[in-house]
Amino acid sequence: MSAEADVFVRRLTTRQIINRVIVYAVLIVAAALFLVPLAAMVFTSLKSMPEITGAAPYQNNTILTPPQDPSFAAWGQAWSSACIAVACDGLRSYFWNSIVMVTFAVAISVSLGAVNGYVLSKWRFRYDNIIFGLLLFGCFIPFQIVLIPIARILGLMGLSGTVAGLVFVHVAYGVTFTTLFFRNFYVSVPDEIIKAARIDGAGFWAIFFKIILPISGPIAIVAVIWQFTSIWNDFLFGASFSGADSRPLMVALNNLVNTSTGVKASNVDMAAAMIAALPTMLVYVVAGRYFVRGLMAGAVKG
Amino acid sequence: MATLDIRNVSKSFGATHVLKDINLSVDDGEFLVLVGPSGCGKSTLLNIVAGLLDLTRGTMMIDDVDVTSLEPKERDIAMVFQSYALYPSMTVERNIDFSLRMRKVPEAERAAKVREVAELLQIEPLLHRKPQALSGGQRQRVAMGRALVRNPKIFLFDEPLSNLDAKLRVDMRHEIKKLHQRLETTIVYVTHDQVEAMTMATRIAVMKDGEVQQFGTPDDIYQRPANTFVATFMGSPPMNLLAGKVNGGGRTVTLAGGTQMPVPETAPALDDGRSVHVGLRPEWFTPLAPGEDGPGALQVTVDVLEPTGPDIYASLHYGGEDLMARIPAGTSLTPGETRGFRIALDKAVLFDAESGVALYG
Repeated sequence: MSAEADVFVRRLTTRQIINRVIVYAVLIVAAALFLVPLAAMVFTSLKSMPEITGAAPYQNNTILTPPQDPSFAAWGQAWSSACIAVACDGLRSYFWNSIVMVTFAVAISVSLGAVNGYVLSKWRFRYDNIIFGLLLFGCFIPFQIVLIPIARILGLMGLSGTVAGLVFVHVAYGVTFTTLFFRNFYVSVPDEIIKAARIDGAGFWAIFFKIILPISGPIAIVAVIWQFTSIWNDFLFGASFSGADSRPLMVALNNLVNTSTGVKASNVDMAAAMIAALPTMLVYVVAGRYFVRGLMAGAVKG
Repeated sequence: MATLDIRNVSKSFGATHVLKDINLSVDDGEFLVLVGPSGCGKSTLLNIVAGLLDLTRGTMMIDDVDVTSLEPKERDIAMVFQSYALYPSMTVERNIDFSLRMRKVPEAERAAKVREVAELLQIEPLLHRKPQALSGGQRQRVAMGRALVRNPKIFLFDEPLSNLDAKLRVDMRHEIKKLHQRLETTIVYVTHDQVEAMTMATRIAVMKDGEVQQFGTPDDIYQRPANTFVATFMGSPPMNLLAGKVNGGGRTVTLAGGTQMPVPETAPALDDGRSVHVGLRPEWFTPLAPGEDGPGALQVTVDVLEPTGPDIYASLHYGGEDLMARIPAGTSLTPGETRGFRIALDKAVLFDAESGVALYG
């Protein structure tokens, strides 16, 4: 009987090992597939032009051959001297535009979302569900539909072609998502906590700042990552509503890549694309592990 | 320390009438328990007392002051919730002194009060912990500390013991009662557990379907229930109800099982032919010696015996009905035997068979 049990145990273990191997193989292949474009970008950005074009002695190189003589020269060019349209000052000033825009837009949209979510989940008022429904509806309006109305509104507000105008547009769009996030998170906070606080003498804002906000960490991180990524990566609004001085990085990157004077400097293009992608990657690295946790927090009721 | 007057209070959510014309009034220092099955409106009533819900009609008075339209914080009440509702981001100390900070009490005074309450509840070692690091019983104490620290006029408890295990529940029940005896603050306490109601209350309001079925002392409720609902809801095992008909010139009741018994002493004059239920608490049965019979004694078949230690719960069959008697341990009974049981005619209660209302003389 014990021998039988042993056999049983061993067979199960073998099967487990096979399963493990299959799972890891699939994961590694998938990870490699996703990493190929990144590797190609990084390698190209560190190569010299002859190395990229395959001139002698680099005839046998492919896009995935590691750079023989890595150099950050292309990164320097992309940052400070690449030509975008007629100006040859690199991405510097546009990077700064994007930083200013994304900082304000994220801060404002996440703050408003937190307050909205708090109101919509913890305070009953007339038509609250209708208002929430309308806000939700905002999540599903495609950007393209609203381009012309927004242009008109920005014109009326005197914000055409400014960073402030872009911030306004991104906040208006972002609030729908952040409200949804925070509202769903706060729904899982017991109402009795709010009641207890009311009896303890706390008002609307005291409850928000002293009780609700301190437990909002996970969902705030989700909202920040979401907003940062979508605003930083936005091209359409940036291309449509920015002026010469307020162009965000993504528009500048597009212009840089499309500026055609002489040979196409792929290494500079790739370096520029990497520079544009770095902040979002940084946000993920720093806050990513809270991301999944925060997404789960709303879904699984405690 | 305060009196509480609930006058003609009704509450509707749309077309649903949750509370129907509630009138309750308690004196300073009383322990009022609102008890009833879930959905009876007891928690709604408590929330209205707290000011967390608006009432549809009626008046709420605390210390003879109309507080109907006052905010919760203006009513000088404190509340303990079933889920404890501790603030997750704050330490125990911050949880307890939150209400004092909201009222801008100076720090030295706050610290002194927190210390006093912590000592009273024996939670001093926990003051710097967060709620998630506490056990259920400890959270319960902190929730009570939060209520105690303010010295309110009235304490409100919303099923505070429901989330505790059986042993802890008994301990905390004892402590809340002790606390009440010591502080003599008026308490309104909501529970669905009739044992909690009986053990703690100075007055009980039994509720069902948004109406108060009976309002009285625990003894009243137990000995003289107002109707069959109260009779069967309060008490464990519940009161036995035996169908019967009045006859013999209003002096006897013939039970469905054929036995003729005298009308209980509690009953008024009744017409012959009236259908009634005879209400008998399990401990109002006394077994007779084997083979013995007597006037009004019930000859029953013993079904199952459940010894609890001090008592035996005996399931009995009588005339197609099941009865539960509670008799002293050591009584010799055998399942299957037929035995005579004397019933306490001085205590038995008659109910109108149709309306279920108790008939008292």
